[in-house]
This record gives sequence, structure tokens and C-alpha cells, in this order.
Amino acid sequence: MSEYAHPESLVSTDWVAEHHADPNVRLVEVDVDTNAYNEGHISGAYGWSWNTQLCDTVRRDILTRKHFEKLMSETGISNATTVILYGDSNNWFAAWALWQMKMYGHADVRLMNGGRKKWLAEGREVSTAVPSPGSTEYKASGPDNSLRAFLDQVMAAYEGRSHEMVDVRSPAEFTGEILAPPGLPETCQRGGHIPRARNIPWGKACNDDGTFKSADELKALYGAEGVDGSKPVIAYCRIGERSSHTWFVLKYLLGFDRVSNYDGSWTEWGNLVGAPVERGAAAAKA
Amino acid sequence: MKVQNHTERKLEIGGWQVNLRTYQIGDVYHCKADNVSPGATIARSTGVTREEAEQKAIAKATERLATTFRRP
Repeated sequence: MSEYAHPESLVSTDWVAEHHADPNVRLVEVDVDTNAYNEGHISGAYGWSWNTQLCDTVRRDILTRKHFEKLMSETGISNATTVILYGDSNNWFAAWALWQMKMYGHADVRLMNGGRKKWLAEGREVSTAVPSPGSTEYKASGPDNSLRAFLDQVMAAYEGRSHEMVDVRSPAEFTGEILAPPGLPETCQRGGHIPRARNIPWGKACNDDGTFKSADELKALYGAEGVDGSKPVIAYCRIGERSSHTWFVLKYLLGFDRVSNYDGSWTEWGNLVGAPVERGAAAAKA
Repeated sequence: MKVQNHTERKLEIGGWQVNLRTYQIGDVYHCKADNVSPGATIARSTGVTREEAEQKAIAKATERLATTFRRP
């Protein structure tokens, strides 16, 4: 059985139970908001809300470098801190935070394998106490935009057939049957997918307990759709958080060098006047 | 506080598969409903009993799922 390309990018729930009080380790629970965090979280963990803390709240973008540095400092994270991210929905938003931390050059940031779901299912200790960290003087680098795909790059990749496009949404979103995940607001005008994209839903990379599948299983999953790292890959979903999860899998578990996350995703492409859209199942691979 | 009485089950609401996860923290039961595909949270609720928390989550999820339309 082969190993993950970067096994150091993951920690287990057991590891967290042993190290959560380590002064050089900072735990952060990340979700779309902090409702789950407020119910109870791993002792010592901080809570980050994707809606209000991990995005620019005025224009649609990631945090500016200055705002990113402020968030790190206020969370007591220094450039040398080992940051462990975890969250609900199998670490979707934790993966977004990791992607952004990598863009801004944080050296040691990892995911807790299985996320909040596994921690709760194991009947472990939680706390409602909110830590008060001392602030740090965090200095970010970048952003490293090689980890991110912008609309013009995605369009060029589509026209030039230069990349593999991986659409990680559910099959019903991919085919255009629905415009948003069931129960969530419809935020695009058209349904479907970028022509020639492969539909590999994010959840296929996970076991029932929320942990990632083995390296061999992941290789087989993506390889079956022709995604083997020989061409650069662009991952996308609806708003970029599920595709951060797949971006993490491809880059850190399978070790593909050229993987970018198209965070504009379907809420950008599916609203774009004149953008090519394909409906129905994926076309056979040319 | 230890997380206790964690359960997970699937049910169908309005034609959609929903995953219901319930657990107790202290004296409070928490329930989270997510759409199975793709797995996004659509309701969270609390109650003094498992039944109360689950009923509230199912009611919220039912309301939210009713806003989703399938296109031919």
C-alpha cells in the first residue's frame, strides 16, 4: 500500500488529543459560521467563520494579506506555529482555510483527519470556553496565486484543453438538475458544468467516518477519470470550499504539483454571460 | 464535557436524502441535518431530548428543502 505524498499534512484525532495543549500547536475549528463551534469544540480551539473571517466581506475575494496577517495575529498564530485545522462537513471550510494559509506562505498547517464529525463520533471531550490568545506579529508572504485559478485562466484552460477540470459537486448539480445543493439558496443563473469537466464529487475521497481514503484508493478514483497529475488540474465546485477539499487531496495526498482551486467556481461561471455550459452527464473522454 | 449518545441516520424529506446527526453535550441534545449529496448543513437545532432536537431539525430541513427545484 502506498503512502500519501505528504503524510505530514494530516494528523489523527488521537494526535490532537495528545497535543491540543502544546504551546506551539494552535487548533482552529473552521466552518461556514461559528454555530457548531459554539455548541462545543476541542479544548483550546479557536473558531473561524468562513462568512465573516476568511473572505473579504466587501468584494468577493480571499483576505488581503493585511487582513490575513491580522487574523493570524489575533488568533495567536506566529509564523512558527503548527496550526491544526478541522471542522464540520468533512473539513470543507477547514480545507479552504488551509488553502488560504498556504497561499500566504504558512509553513506548518495540517488538517485533522475526519474533522469535527469524527471527534464527536468518538465521544471525546469538548469545551465551550473561548481561548484568549496573546497577539503575535505575523508576517505573511505571497499570495502564491499558483494555487488559485482565476476566471481568465479557467477560460484559457478550457479553450486550450490544457488542464484537467474536476467538478467536485454532486451529480445533480453537475448535470444541471439543480442549481445549488438541496436546501441552499440558488446562486447561479444556469445549471450544468464547464464542458469536458470530469465529475468527481468531493465525498468520494472520504470514508464513512470522514477520514480520507487510502492513497491507492484515491489514485484509482481520480485515475479512472484520467486525472493522474500528468496535466495541470483545476478543481471547482459552487463557491470554492468543496474544491479546496479536493485541491488538498490532489496536492498533498496524491502529490500532484500543478493543482489550483477555482474559488469563483460555479457561482461565477454559471452567472457569466456567454460562458460555455454543458448539461447532462459528462461527455466521454476524448 | 464528553460528547455522548452520538447517533447518525438517514431519512428522506421531500424526495431528498438527509443525514441526521444527533449528540448530547452536557444537558443539551444537538441535531444537525445535512443533505447527503453533497453534504452541506441545512439545519441545526437543540432540545432537552433527542426527539425534540431531531423534530426541530427535521422541520427546518423540510422548510429549506422545499425551496429546491429540479429542472428537467
